[in-house]
Amino acid sequence: MPLVAPHAMTTPGGLLLVLLVLLPFLGVLVGFVLGAGNARRVALVTLVPGLGIAIASAAAQWQSGAELVYLLGGWPTPLGVALRADGLSVVMLVAVAAVIGAIGIYARADFTSPQGAPEARKPFTFWLLLLAVWGSLNLVFVSGDLFTLYVALELLTFAGVPLVCLDGRGETLRAALRYLLFALLGSMLYLLGAALLYGAYGTLDIALLAAAVRPGPVAWTVLALMTGGLLAKTALFPLHIWLPPAHAGAPAAASAILSALVIKGSWFLVVRLWFDVMPGVVTLSAAQLLGALGAAAIVFGSVAALRQQRLKLLVAYSTMAQIGYLFLMFPLAFDVGVNALAHGAALDGGLLQAVSHATAKASMFMAAGLIYAALGHDRIADLAGVGRAMPVTVLAFALAGIALMGVLPSGAYLAKKLMLDAADDTGQWWWTLVLEGGAVFTAGYVVLVLVSVLRRRPGALPLQRTVARSAEYAALALAVSSFLLALAALGPVPGDFVSNPLAFGELATTLLVVLGGTVLALGLARRPIPGDASTAAGANVSPLRRMAEVAGSGIERADLRIRGWAVASTSLLLLSGLFGGLLFYGASP
Amino acid sequence: MNAATLFGLCAAALAGLGLFGLIVNPHPLRKILAFNVFGTAVFLLIGAIARRGAAAGMGGDPVPQALLITGIVVAFSATAIAVALLLRLFDVTGRVSLAEDATADVQAPPGEA
Repeated sequence: MPLVAPHAMTTPGGLLLVLLVLLPFLGVLVGFVLGAGNARRVALVTLVPGLGIAIASAAAQWQSGAELVYLLGGWPTPLGVALRADGLSVVMLVAVAAVIGAIGIYARADFTSPQGAPEARKPFTFWLLLLAVWGSLNLVFVSGDLFTLYVALELLTFAGVPLVCLDGRGETLRAALRYLLFALLGSMLYLLGAALLYGAYGTLDIALLAAAVRPGPVAWTVLALMTGGLLAKTALFPLHIWLPPAHAGAPAAASAILSALVIKGSWFLVVRLWFDVMPGVVTLSAAQLLGALGAAAIVFGSVAALRQQRLKLLVAYSTMAQIGYLFLMFPLAFDVGVNALAHGAALDGGLLQAVSHATAKASMFMAAGLIYAALGHDRIADLAGVGRAMPVTVLAFALAGIALMGVLPSGAYLAKKLMLDAADDTGQWWWTLVLEGGAVFTAGYVVLVLVSVLRRRPGALPLQRTVARSAEYAALALAVSSFLLALAALGPVPGDFVSNPLAFGELATTLLVVLGGTVLALGLARRPIPGDASTAAGANVSPLRRMAEVAGSGIERADLRIRGWAVASTSLLLLSGLFGGLLFYGASP
Repeated sequence: MNAATLFGLCAAALAGLGLFGLIVNPHPLRKILAFNVFGTAVFLLIGAIARRGAAAGMGGDPVPQALLITGIVVAFSATAIAVALLLRLFDVTGRVSLAEDATADVQAPPGEA
């Protein structure tokens, strides 16, 4: 549903949007005043009504069938500022509230400050930042104008950066600083776009702009600048400069927040911009470029994930691949008939993908963090026996991995179906290849981890400490909910997309995906026996295996180069330029 | 050429300088300064837009001026966080460099609980 004429008044339920933004920040302030001992309690207490309000706003939006609007101070746009929530927003609001809640339960045991001890900095900061990330994300989802969105994005960055360096070691500080500087470059480009837009149209309200914007030099420049800036914040290939180092050192709960939630903020803004503000400015070639970057991210991120020796980094690189997935819907949503992006099956699929990724990826990071906490390391080669020692955690990891693969009946399966459908409808067969191939890559690293986790261990597994039950079940609950998203087929998603999982066609596809993944994992992964590939034992290796090794290490080296500062920031500017050029040349005269 | 155009061109020049510095200078503090130069360019542009869109009898359009003030506050906080991180980085490691040293990354395990 495109945004229509701006509403001149606050709708019933509009106040919920204000509460959604206010409540987390109120929690931040109260927690800050009450100090470290109580920050955790304040955060956990805030989570419950927050989830309730998110669900209430979704129900209000669902019942009225129109968007919820709140005019701040009662001033109508363009003079005032509006908060709006359409279907997209309420889905994201509920999903984020649920994931934040699960992360809160997960982190409850890890981030405590002992009674009577002096204020511990780490738990204190963690709980306040958790609330701050939540509040900023809510603001991103309900903002009705591009400048409020800028402020919300900056808040999100400022809350996300310290999460990277919670433990204050040198390399995490360096990762945080790199993240901050690169994100700031992105947000300045965004602000530049917003300024140009105001100069040309005299408003930044999304609904008013949607009616006013026409393709032309200003619109092309603005869309190119803003898209470039936002992609830098989303860490889409090749702008993933900050993503792997940020996850390498951050605690698991913080990684879950960063990977599952923070990047969704800027992604959501790209969606708003392309679908709601300038659907008519977008050209087919620009949408294809965005999809192509997504496809490159899938290949690059998946191969790099297979090459990792540490579980945490494997999950981090798989995040990079999943970000690519989120951008595949843009070319599929392009309606050639009207030469504009259209709301439809592809957008539904993309949204479902985002939600199922948020739940599954958070669950994966939690499981990886639990394994790390229990063993004291997360070297993939030494994980044998974990399956027997921590069955719930491994089950959570497996379910999350299968959900990400898009195997029936997960939410990602439904998302894939919707997008495949759109690819058929628009005749873009190449995206079918990418969608199916991406599942094979995902299967590759999930199989790799599961095989090493489930291997039998000769002796007893030396556990450093036992992990909290509640944390294990929080991870499992998120993984299960990622599966249950397929229930969306019963409600909002139209059509007969869910078929019998045991039907021959479905079973064959699933088997092919898993088999393909196994082959990839065998070919590209480092051999589990340490030092195998590099020592003299490599003499009797088959040429095929050697080629795979060369390709894998080549991609690794390319990744290191792409993540260099100068290369990344130059490619950010080049990408913006490329988008501008494609918008200019693709526009029909 | 009127004043708004002149300031717009100045903003373009500053943006070029800022971006160049941000990409080329290896030192993080210089990057932070370059970010501020780039930010100033954007703020100057917003100021020029405010001047250009002024109604009769007024010095400027007040809405962009409000955006400008907010933008400056945001950029100021960003600079503060960046400088704080940089100081801490120097305290902990004894040097300021953004380059990832591959050896330290591989050997040091993450210190998560």
